[in-house]
Amino acid sequence: MTSIETDVRQYIVDKLLFGRTDTVVNGDTSFLESGLIDSTGVLELVAFLEEQFHIKVEDEDLIPANLDSINALIRFVESKYAASPDSRR
Amino acid sequence: MIEMVNYRGPDATGFHVAGPVGLAHARLSIIDVGGGHQPMHNEDKTVWITFNGEIFNYVELREELLRKGHRFQSQSDTEVIIHLYEEKGEDCVHDLNGQWAFAIWDSRRERLFLSRDRLGVRPLFYAGTPEGFVFGSEIKSLLAVPSVPRSIDLEALDEIFTFWVTLPPRTIFKGVSELPPGHSLVFERGKTRLEPYWTLDYNPSMEVQREEEAREMLLDLLLDATRIRLRADVPVGAYLSGGLDSTVIAALVKKLGTTHLRTFSVAFEDKEFDESSFQNEASEFLKTDHERVLCSSGDIGRVFPDVVWHAEKPVLRTAPAPLFLLSKLVREQGYKVVLTGEGSDEVLGGYDIFKEAKIRRFWAKYPESKLRPILLRRLYPYMKNLQSQPDAYLRAFFHVRKDDLDSPFFSHLPRWDMTSKLKMFFSRESREQMKGCNAIARLGAELPSRFRQWDGFSQSQYLEAAYLLPGYILSSQGDRMAMAHSVEGRFPFLDYRVVEFASRLSPRLKMKVLNEKYLLKAAVGDLIPRSVRNRHKQPYRAPDSQSFLMGSGSEILHDYAEELLSPRAITEAGVFDPGTVGKLVAKARQGQVISVRDNMAFVGILSTQLVADRFIKNFPKE
Repeated sequence: MTSIETDVRQYIVDKLLFGRTDTVVNGDTSFLESGLIDSTGVLELVAFLEEQFHIKVEDEDLIPANLDSINALIRFVESKYAASPDSRR
Repeated sequence: MIEMVNYRGPDATGFHVAGPVGLAHARLSIIDVGGGHQPMHNEDKTVWITFNGEIFNYVELREELLRKGHRFQSQSDTEVIIHLYEEKGEDCVHDLNGQWAFAIWDSRRERLFLSRDRLGVRPLFYAGTPEGFVFGSEIKSLLAVPSVPRSIDLEALDEIFTFWVTLPPRTIFKGVSELPPGHSLVFERGKTRLEPYWTLDYNPSMEVQREEEAREMLLDLLLDATRIRLRADVPVGAYLSGGLDSTVIAALVKKLGTTHLRTFSVAFEDKEFDESSFQNEASEFLKTDHERVLCSSGDIGRVFPDVVWHAEKPVLRTAPAPLFLLSKLVREQGYKVVLTGEGSDEVLGGYDIFKEAKIRRFWAKYPESKLRPILLRRLYPYMKNLQSQPDAYLRAFFHVRKDDLDSPFFSHLPRWDMTSKLKMFFSRESREQMKGCNAIARLGAELPSRFRQWDGFSQSQYLEAAYLLPGYILSSQGDRMAMAHSVEGRFPFLDYRVVEFASRLSPRLKMKVLNEKYLLKAAVGDLIPRSVRNRHKQPYRAPDSQSFLMGSGSEILHDYAEELLSPRAITEAGVFDPGTVGKLVAKARQGQVISVRDNMAFVGILSTQLVADRFIKNFPKE
């Protein structure tokens, strides 16, 4: 598991599942469809990404293709790092 | 029992004990201050009544009864019910225009007759015990009887964590029932009969179509509903929130000739919730003498235990708390009666959920329309988080599943789905006991047979008016918060003549495209300021989880919240899972509880813990 994936999974378990382990979240589980995030929770996710990975999430980044599953988040953070190598911790 | 609810009637207490029956009454004297003592009896003392509420058409009913030969000892509305009962028996309720919960003891028939008003303004609870049948205006009166059990009904909790309310007669306490709105309960020779005497109906065959005619009729009805609600032997004030409904009511009071009107409102320190500017505008326009209470997050956290003690059920938002503070202000200013705008949204089509359903139906029909995200942003302009979301997210959130379109609950499914997510905080044991609970299926089974024939708009109106209105708006935010400080609310929009008229209106007159309460706005016209008439509807809300943090940026919760949310207290109450709650509390301490879901979870868990603590573990001894 990459460190990005570890951090993202930790966030999901701690802050969205509140430690519940009986809900399976696969790499491609949709946060929206599974109800992990409600209509006001996306900004919380953005705050986590910016703080944890020191990246800037732009308005145009806010699409489910970037943010709606663990795999999407990993790809998104990696693409941000690739675009701006200095932002990596 | 009666001492538990002394605040409902601090002016006098009365008892009547005879044979198998005991009646008690705590009086808030409003009509016939000197003569309306209760329990009250008929001429030969064979019929006795204890009554909470008001019969607004008592003047007209009294005249009719006098003509029929009845003799009155007082000028009160209470006595009218007694004589009307003598005349018509249980059918007397059909003639009443008002808000009531009463019990009549008819000693000749050995019959106890309980009744509650059509829409559930006044509360009434009952329980069967090995020693007998007990009833009262609040649950705490019943729990004071040692043989009434004190335990949480998990099925009821499952309902609250779905709909925000329980489906009556169920209450959050096992073994305690609520008399549903529009019902009577007769206890006679050991048998009980629970019967509806009135129900909401939306009859398309009787639709009022012509706008001009409908406008005039609505204004006339509202004026008369307000006129009879001003009947009192004490001064009557009004709430003025800055929204359309309360402004309309205050305007109608003025139009009826009241020269000096005192109005009251809540102002919030947090600008996101504050509506002071509209309150000022309405007050200046109507020339009312306005008073407001400033409410901070800290105030909400401070009074929340009292709020839950009075609400007597878990709540998922803190919105009742500011109304608790408001009724305190009203009472301190020497008022015990206020008119408010409650009921307008349900009756005349004001809620966002009606609009949202309309947009979702449109969306399902025209999936490629570029209008959709624009419409949704227009729907919730006051939600900052939603405004900043991109189209793609809005599309995903308001996606309509194919099966949903055929559901009788189309309008409410997204809300119930979201609320149901909070059940993840229940403990394993709770969930085990709730296995097989299906609140939505239970609700489906009790819908009126005509429900399926109604249009979608009327269906969603029914769900609001039959459940959320009595179970939350009129109780947790209404009667309970007002009565906590001995204040009575009166609601012209809930006059049954207004309700029945509105239920015959075409939905397009209630909501024209996305213009909510269209007919009401057209009917009142220039009686209210244009800015209030044209403003975007802002639902009444209050700060949630941040209210329980002490000071700004602090990680410490109010003492009672620290205690009740501790792993030890959570484990002891057994309802929730301590680990899961612990992580939510940690998130709240860091100020990271932002989403609606997390806020509802926090408030719902804390209020459930307060119910368990105040009503079960530490219920006051005599």
